[in-house]
Amino acid sequence: MELFSAKDVSKSYANHQALTKVSISVEQGSIFGLLGPNGAGKTTLIRIINQITAPDSGSVWLNGQPLKADDVYKIGYLPEERGLYKKMKVGEQALYLGQLKGLTRRDAMKELKVWFEKFEITAWWDKKAMELSKGMQQKVQFICAVLHKPSLLIFDEPFSGFDPINVDIITREILKMRDNGSTIIFSTHNMESVEQLCDHIALIDKSKKILDGPTQSIREKYKSNIYDISYRGAFDFQNHELARKYNILSDHKNGDVNKLSIQYNEGSNSRELIRDLVDNVEIVAFNEVIPSMNEVFIKVVKQNS
Amino acid sequence: MHKIILILKREYSTRVQKKSFIVLTLLMPILMSALFILPAYFVSMDDKETRTIAVYDGSALFLGRIESSEFTKFRFVPKEEYLKVKEDVKGSKYYALLVINPNFVTTNTVQVVSGSNIPFDLKSQIKEKIQSVIEKDKMAEVIKQTAIPDLEKRIEATHTRINIETIKMGDGGVAKKSSTEIGMVLGYIFGFMIYMFIFIYGGMVMQGVMEEKQSRIVEVIISSVKPFQLMMGKIVGIALVGLTQFAIWVFLGFVIISATKSFYHSPVQAQQVQDVMAQSQDVAQQVTPQQVDQMQEMFSMIGTINFPLIIACFLFFFIGGYLLYSSMFAAVGSAIDTQEDAQQFMLPIMLPIILSIMVMMSAIKSPEGPVAFWFSIIPFTSPVVMMARIPFGVPAWQLALSMVLMVITFVGMVWVAGKIYRTGILMYGKKPSWKEIGKWLMYKS
Repeated sequence: MELFSAKDVSKSYANHQALTKVSISVEQGSIFGLLGPNGAGKTTLIRIINQITAPDSGSVWLNGQPLKADDVYKIGYLPEERGLYKKMKVGEQALYLGQLKGLTRRDAMKELKVWFEKFEITAWWDKKAMELSKGMQQKVQFICAVLHKPSLLIFDEPFSGFDPINVDIITREILKMRDNGSTIIFSTHNMESVEQLCDHIALIDKSKKILDGPTQSIREKYKSNIYDISYRGAFDFQNHELARKYNILSDHKNGDVNKLSIQYNEGSNSRELIRDLVDNVEIVAFNEVIPSMNEVFIKVVKQNS
Repeated sequence: MHKIILILKREYSTRVQKKSFIVLTLLMPILMSALFILPAYFVSMDDKETRTIAVYDGSALFLGRIESSEFTKFRFVPKEEYLKVKEDVKGSKYYALLVINPNFVTTNTVQVVSGSNIPFDLKSQIKEKIQSVIEKDKMAEVIKQTAIPDLEKRIEATHTRINIETIKMGDGGVAKKSSTEIGMVLGYIFGFMIYMFIFIYGGMVMQGVMEEKQSRIVEVIISSVKPFQLMMGKIVGIALVGLTQFAIWVFLGFVIISATKSFYHSPVQAQQVQDVMAQSQDVAQQVTPQQVDQMQEMFSMIGTINFPLIIACFLFFFIGGYLLYSSMFAAVGSAIDTQEDAQQFMLPIMLPIILSIMVMMSAIKSPEGPVAFWFSIIPFTSPVVMMARIPFGVPAWQLALSMVLMVITFVGMVWVAGKIYRTGILMYGKKPSWKEIGKWLMYKS
């Protein structure tokens, strides 16, 4: 079921076009990766979803209804540029932010207790934000974004400023929320976490959406007939006639078991490759290389420029 | 509305709980009252030291004619003692040595020799004593020469005090006594209070906006509330902080005034004050009856001033002026990243405020003049200047015109500021120009 969608959303500022007819559709209970280079228009789209700014044209839908003012209560937002009131006590401002998201003071207090205990930060309640380290502040900000149990969560670079232990804690919380039915829009430049978390991605570049689809199939789509092979014994691929038929990317001699990276050309297939290989060497492992999201990102953005 | 109240509450409570707020709020009246009470206190405990001054009169004009007062004794000394004292004033039993040279009549100069600095009061006391003796002598000389009977009394009789009764013709030809002095004082106080309020709390609005922008919390907040709500919540919350401070000052002011009254009314203190007054060459006694007269006149005048109107107008211009300026301050705060960038945008805001306080000074002197009139109509200066005019009475149509313009302007300004604010708070990294800010006005939300 579709929880959120944007249809042909365009937005321009005085001197530049921020979004051009961008459409996305986000399934309920999924994690949707919103990717793109700096200045591509991601933040503008996120701000439109949060009703911080309005699109020039196009429409934005939540739960099958056009987005309306009250929907801010159903959306949780962790912006990339985020902070806390430096001189205000952590607990007080978390309560305040919770109330702005429509919780009563009592409900906000109850939820905050749970979260503060879960993150083991109860002792910080009466501390001023300026006394906390950056990572500590990020934790509090994360709590403030999810406190009101929104059905749509938007995380913009949620892991920046966290050490690996906290990245792990936050990742688990995000997955837990997804499993409980929350829908998450996730914007980041960290492609490893995209592979790990996102079910679906859209890539925006120069105000336009240039790629959209399930993470796995996009990676599949960008694979280029490369295989990693481990084989036993000595064999000189570079000077063999196979080097004329196939593209030998690397042949790493490592004693007993050697590693070969090989690509077949258009018109061939993996069965033919295996056949050619088994005639010559003893194969230990045979893996198709699926490009990382990082490679896909670079490739697609470079093509677009 | 609910959200504006949440924002307003935060703005209010965080500021009111600040130590600096509490300290300033309590300290200010104490400082102010110290300005009034301390001098009086010091006068009352002033110079209880008895000083003996040796007088050597080389001119022989003053022998025995300089009278000692309670704490200052004058003792005429012969030449031998004078020379001895002159050698070593410090070591002698005298506090100082007053030397009147034989050529005094031509120089009009005496010398006071002392081991320490002569207090100002003592110096003027000596001066007046010498002066009165010599003036008496000269007067006697003139009387003797002209031989006009009772000349001294006649000259005395030429001293005339003029009282001016100011009568103001009200509507329907009803004459009212009015007081220019009270009008000036009230005009000054009210005008100045609005000026201070705009300055201090307008600046506070700008600081608050910048704080939210710099700490980057603003994007989190405006994902929950409209930027306009955030701006208005802040402006109104800070206005309430100001009004709270103001109310506390008024309250403490009353407490201090009544405390001061009882201080002067306690018999011992009153006696002391009277002593001091009597001591200072009886000047106080001469003036007192007239002062009392004036005071009574003042009090009866205060009764003729339309206080309900003044207070209503004060609240109106207070709020109107604050809204107008604080929305501009909010817009500037949103447009800039750092305090340093504020300069170029602050000047156009500060200029009319400073101008209005300057115009106010002339307006309280000539409240009906063209300068006072125009600046009390123009909304940017009207809060201060109109307040300065009101105690003198302002025609209803002028007041109405000024108020209508004020409302139109502040509504317009709040709208403009809201547009700049909305864009400004999310703009980082570049120092905006006026042109850039102009463009922000054109942006759709």
